[in-house]
Amino acid sequence: MTGHSTYTPKSGFARWLERRLPIIGFIHESFVAYPVPKNLNYLWTFGAILSFMLVAQIVTGIVLAMHYTPETTLAFDSIEHIMRDVNWGWALRYAHANGASMFFLAVYIHIFRGMYYGSYKEPREVLWILGVVIFLLMMATGFLGYVLPWGQMSFWAATVITNLFTAIPYVGNSITTWLLGGYSVDNATLNRFFALHYLLPFVIVAVVGLHVWALHVTGQNNPTGVEVKDMKKETVPFTPYATLKDAVGLAVFVALFAWLTFFVPNYTGHPDNYIEANPLVTPPHIVPEWYFLPFYAILRAIPNKLIGVIALFASILIVAALPWLDTSKVRSGVYRPAFKKFYWGFVFVAVGLGYLGAQPAEGVYLVAARILMAYYFLHFLVVLPLLGKYEQTLPEPRSIAASLGQAATPEEKSHA
Amino acid sequence: MSWKSIVLAAALAGAAPALAEEGAHSQPKPPRQQWSFAGAFGGFDQGQLRRGLKVYREVCASCHSLSRVAFRNLAEKGGPELSVAQAKEIAESYKVKDGPNDAGDYFERPGRLSDRFPPPFANEQAARAAMNGAYPPDMSVLAKARGYSRGFPLFLADALPGFSYQEHGVDYIVALLEGYTDMPNGVELPPGQYYNVYMTGHRIGMPPPLSNGVVTYDDGAPQTVDQYAKDVSAFLMWTAEPHLEARKSIGLKVVGFLIVLSFLVYFTKRKIWSSVH
Repeated sequence: MTGHSTYTPKSGFARWLERRLPIIGFIHESFVAYPVPKNLNYLWTFGAILSFMLVAQIVTGIVLAMHYTPETTLAFDSIEHIMRDVNWGWALRYAHANGASMFFLAVYIHIFRGMYYGSYKEPREVLWILGVVIFLLMMATGFLGYVLPWGQMSFWAATVITNLFTAIPYVGNSITTWLLGGYSVDNATLNRFFALHYLLPFVIVAVVGLHVWALHVTGQNNPTGVEVKDMKKETVPFTPYATLKDAVGLAVFVALFAWLTFFVPNYTGHPDNYIEANPLVTPPHIVPEWYFLPFYAILRAIPNKLIGVIALFASILIVAALPWLDTSKVRSGVYRPAFKKFYWGFVFVAVGLGYLGAQPAEGVYLVAARILMAYYFLHFLVVLPLLGKYEQTLPEPRSIAASLGQAATPEEKSHA
Repeated sequence: MSWKSIVLAAALAGAAPALAEEGAHSQPKPPRQQWSFAGAFGGFDQGQLRRGLKVYREVCASCHSLSRVAFRNLAEKGGPELSVAQAKEIAESYKVKDGPNDAGDYFERPGRLSDRFPPPFANEQAARAAMNGAYPPDMSVLAKARGYSRGFPLFLADALPGFSYQEHGVDYIVALLEGYTDMPNGVELPPGQYYNVYMTGHRIGMPPPLSNGVVTYDDGAPQTVDQYAKDVSAFLMWTAEPHLEARKSIGLKVVGFLIVLSFLVYFTKRKIWSSVH
């Protein structure tokens, strides 16, 4: 949906620069003149919210890194030093820790929005896959960051997760030793986790760049799922329209973020992480952060370790295959009554797996986790492929303009 | 019947007995206390923190370290707010190991404001040797290192404005301090172990630390186990979260600003979009 740039800078210097490096023109085209479907709802503000969260995490993280010590005997103390003695240290750390939660909350809303409105469908497959790559990078970064405070949960989460790699046949143990830098989670592990936790956010920035690039090639999807047919009638320029709408969503979201940071800062954390890591004492329940719980439930639902690990990774990677698993010609869930029901069933299953991930893996919890996991995979592998073939869909509007109750464009009339 | 409803029914059928079962094999939930520092507008009661400090120094400190709290903190805003002279007097009542001096020797000197509370034992092994094998944990962040879950769905309410409940840790400490009861019939404990209803496995190495009248208060507060337990728990909340008051008062301004900003941006957006049909 690249409109041809008609941008000419006003100042002499900008014109001089534009002939040599058209960066101002690029920014103008991408964030000012970029045409946005006018019927986007507030769920479409999460792209901007996520960009903000990424920057916020990097900024707070860099300042925290100035005061943090990645060494097993000092890490826990350095966190307490930040909390007590560093000016605004408590605010930075709580903002960073809760920022991770808010980042994941936003990304889950963003992903489920894409799933509901069929944003992954042709021609946005690459855009979608890049999104899944970002999600994977976020998970890795979040996990690495959780290890750094070197509390009991940090240590044991690192032990459990790195132990997953031992399930790989033949080379599992060697790979795990290589990853840990030793035979168990120790100083070498903490050091490299810190280095990688600092590196990965910048990789995320790069992939976000590709994600936004791909988005600007295909243009945004919209609640009707019908592509823009009339640029003039059905789109508005990004600035000021989308910018301001994004600002509204962002302001409300940041207010929620601030509530969490300033009033319930330890709500998403686990008390055990205020106990310094002790390799000799295993906590009764090792639980990851809330945003990993559905995947953790899937991992534990399978008694065989290797198959459990495969299921864990498959549950994330299968999302990347969505453009080909969903066979429906109709893009938006709005016009797919049966899909809607299954969609909300899937949301329930995902949240339910999250709840079960926090419970001990025994008895009824385990049975429930297995049932929900079965639906999780069936939704992708059976429900979506078949639904596209047999579902009675509702008629889609001819165009975005038509859905908004406006007169059809002359072009459409000639087609009719 | 769709797949969804089958799964829903199965999940609900599975969840019901799970919820009923939960209460049977765990410790009772600590009773919820009233705290001055709870809620969005909460702050510490300085009198309570000073009493709690007294209880810590006269009772807990013989076994539990407080290694992350400095004497200067006692005179800082948002804490017990002692005068600098009082904090200095407390610091000087401790012997602190320092050195090496010019001759290369380690020596003991009276504490200074910049020192942290010296630990009662030289190391973990010394503590265990003296304590019948038990290791009394450091108390600096104890109030945040303890807690319990209220379970679904109450845990959701714990985060909500107006309902927020973040005092699980201090409530647990109060409950534990008051949780020593007579052993039920048939329970046998090894020597040096005590029965406590709130402790995991009901076994604790700490003898009941408080009894009525064991600490003398000079502000007229009741000298009871209940009062001691609450005062020292409040004190431990402060040691775990010394910037709690600053956090909440700044938070009110930040959240208030963001709410106003949200409305302003919303009305601006409406004005801008009003020309779009």
